[in-house]
Amino acid sequence: MPQIFHRSTNTLAKLSIFGGLFILAFAAWCLAEINRSSWNTGAFVEREQPVQFSHKHHVGDDGIDCRYCHTSVETSAWAGMPPTKTCMNCHAQIWNDSPYLEIVRTSWRTNKPIEWTRVHDLPDYVYFNHSIHVNKGVGCSTCHGRVDQMPIVYQYASLQMEWCLQCHRDPARYLRPRDQVFNMAWQAENAAAENKTEAQLAQGRQLFNAYHVRHKAILQSCSTCHR
Amino acid sequence: MASIDPSQDDVGIHVTPYPVIEPGHTFGSVTDKISSLTLKRRTPLGWFIGFGISFAFANILLFAIAYLVLTGIGVWGNNIPVGWAFDIINFVWWIGIGHAGTLISAILLLLRQSWRTSINRFAEAMTLFAVSCAAIFPLFHTGRPWLAIYWLFPYPNTMNIWPNFRSPLMWDVFAVSTYATVSALFWYVGLIPDFATLRDRAQSKPFKIAYGILSMGWRGSARHWARYEKLYLLLAALATPLVLSVHTIVSFDFAVGIIPGWHATIFPPYFVAGAIYAGFAMVLTLTIPLRKFYGLEDFITMRHLRNSAKVMLATGLIVAYGYMMEAFTAWYSASEYEGFMMKNRIYGGPYWWAYWLLISCNVLIPQVLWMKRARHSTVVLWIISLVVGVGMWLERFVIIVTSLHRDFLPSSWAMYRPTIIDFATLFGTIGMFVMLLFLFIRFLPVISIFEMRTILPQAEVKEEEA
Repeated sequence: MPQIFHRSTNTLAKLSIFGGLFILAFAAWCLAEINRSSWNTGAFVEREQPVQFSHKHHVGDDGIDCRYCHTSVETSAWAGMPPTKTCMNCHAQIWNDSPYLEIVRTSWRTNKPIEWTRVHDLPDYVYFNHSIHVNKGVGCSTCHGRVDQMPIVYQYASLQMEWCLQCHRDPARYLRPRDQVFNMAWQAENAAAENKTEAQLAQGRQLFNAYHVRHKAILQSCSTCHR
Repeated sequence: MASIDPSQDDVGIHVTPYPVIEPGHTFGSVTDKISSLTLKRRTPLGWFIGFGISFAFANILLFAIAYLVLTGIGVWGNNIPVGWAFDIINFVWWIGIGHAGTLISAILLLLRQSWRTSINRFAEAMTLFAVSCAAIFPLFHTGRPWLAIYWLFPYPNTMNIWPNFRSPLMWDVFAVSTYATVSALFWYVGLIPDFATLRDRAQSKPFKIAYGILSMGWRGSARHWARYEKLYLLLAALATPLVLSVHTIVSFDFAVGIIPGWHATIFPPYFVAGAIYAGFAMVLTLTIPLRKFYGLEDFITMRHLRNSAKVMLATGLIVAYGYMMEAFTAWYSASEYEGFMMKNRIYGGPYWWAYWLLISCNVLIPQVLWMKRARHSTVVLWIISLVVGVGMWLERFVIIVTSLHRDFLPSSWAMYRPTIIDFATLFGTIGMFVMLLFLFIRFLPVISIFEMRTILPQAEVKEEEA
């Protein structure tokens, strides 16, 4: 009886056992990476806006406070997007004939708001409130990154649940004094601590108690964010 | 061909009035007969008709599932307070049916019961197909099965959370997937020597290649056999605890909950016995027509049917004891809710008929098996096996629906009515199960060829030859 299979089939069969394992493991790793990549999360992707408003210029160079435009960040769930009026406070006087700002002036004349493209969009099943974070000492830059260095704003964090939980499980690693929340460049300072992490933890623990941040069990409870 | 002398007492097996293989077979004739089912004989017309009908039902299943996924879980009849209904009833029913396969292949192998040999391959296939049917229900009752992966499997997901390890539903996932894996391995390993037989006997090239790949280069050398025996025993040892563990954990789905009618310590043994009961009923339901249509009466003898009937009778009595204990616990607990549940289940509630139908099917009618005449009639055995199959389905219906439809709060009391999609899914899985069995009968040896050869009298090594 002639052989059905060539001799090389033996090697192939043995290889396929290892190959199968490695291919499966590799595929699982690829899926996990794709899931966390910017392609999926949208992190670090600059969004085109109707007017290419530069936070770098307005915050970094001019030193305008976050709250000048995002007025409701300390009192409401939503930080607030400024109306065209806020732009015109200055741009009625300066750069008032720049063709670059024609869209802003049109909006002002026609009383139609500029339609900005949303950068940070949490899923609808997540309850998020800016004011509680700001009032408990979570800085803007902790979640939004160095906005004062972004010519065009991009999403700085993955906004995935594991990212939320790394703070909710141990807030002391990120808390800062309330008066430093809007300071983009703030870092914990402590002469006694060996390094910055130590300094942050020491101060964070102190603030955790001082600001009466709720217990970790409550911060991590499903219904804290999924109401 | 060895002629059989009835006075020859030294060869134990074939002189008993009910042999595990009819006399007159040789090594060659066993191989010829079983392998001819897959290779030589033309596909009978009956096969095409049976396959066609079951294929149509499998397509109904496909439709029912597609409709469910596209529309939403509301196409099923279950709703609060009856949050679980056909989905879990059918899941537990199918998983239970699978149990006989593992019991026959693993426990009876370790107990050296030679009568297991003719039916183990078939029962193992039945197990695998039943587990596949069972898996459909919990998977699709989640509504969005593509998300169920992170609800059920602990893997490093982007949410940085684990499933709830304290939930029996998660233990279920592990119990059932382990069971499916070990059953598949056991079945496949047992098939390897037979795949090699089929490879050597196949006439056409595609079949040679297909069976060749499946037989993994089996040549039947002494070393192959030594390794095979070792592996097969190891797998049997691995599968043995699964017979008990899988349905124990399935019963935890209920017993861990605090619903009256579920929260009972009798559940694990009572469920395991029920599973074996249903499994043997299914073995009989399938083997009786199979041996008839394919003329396999000399391999699957009355001894097999008789033994299966005895297992059914024994496990049926354990199940009856379970029903008794449920009622006793309800009374002895002096709990108002347990008492109400039992009264509601037996005579006070709207589903009393289901309970009495269940008692008739599972307790009363199978008592016929005490009679020797009944155990020796294939028709009676077949009818009883069907009755038990229905009874075991009703048992899960009674446990799940009647316990849930009367909630602690009378304001939330409601009736459960299955929808057409519920029925389409149930009968669709039956169609899929039968369709897979038809394919199995046509393409794989339904009886283990090489193991059948070992129970021939000629396989016994005699003193003067050794």
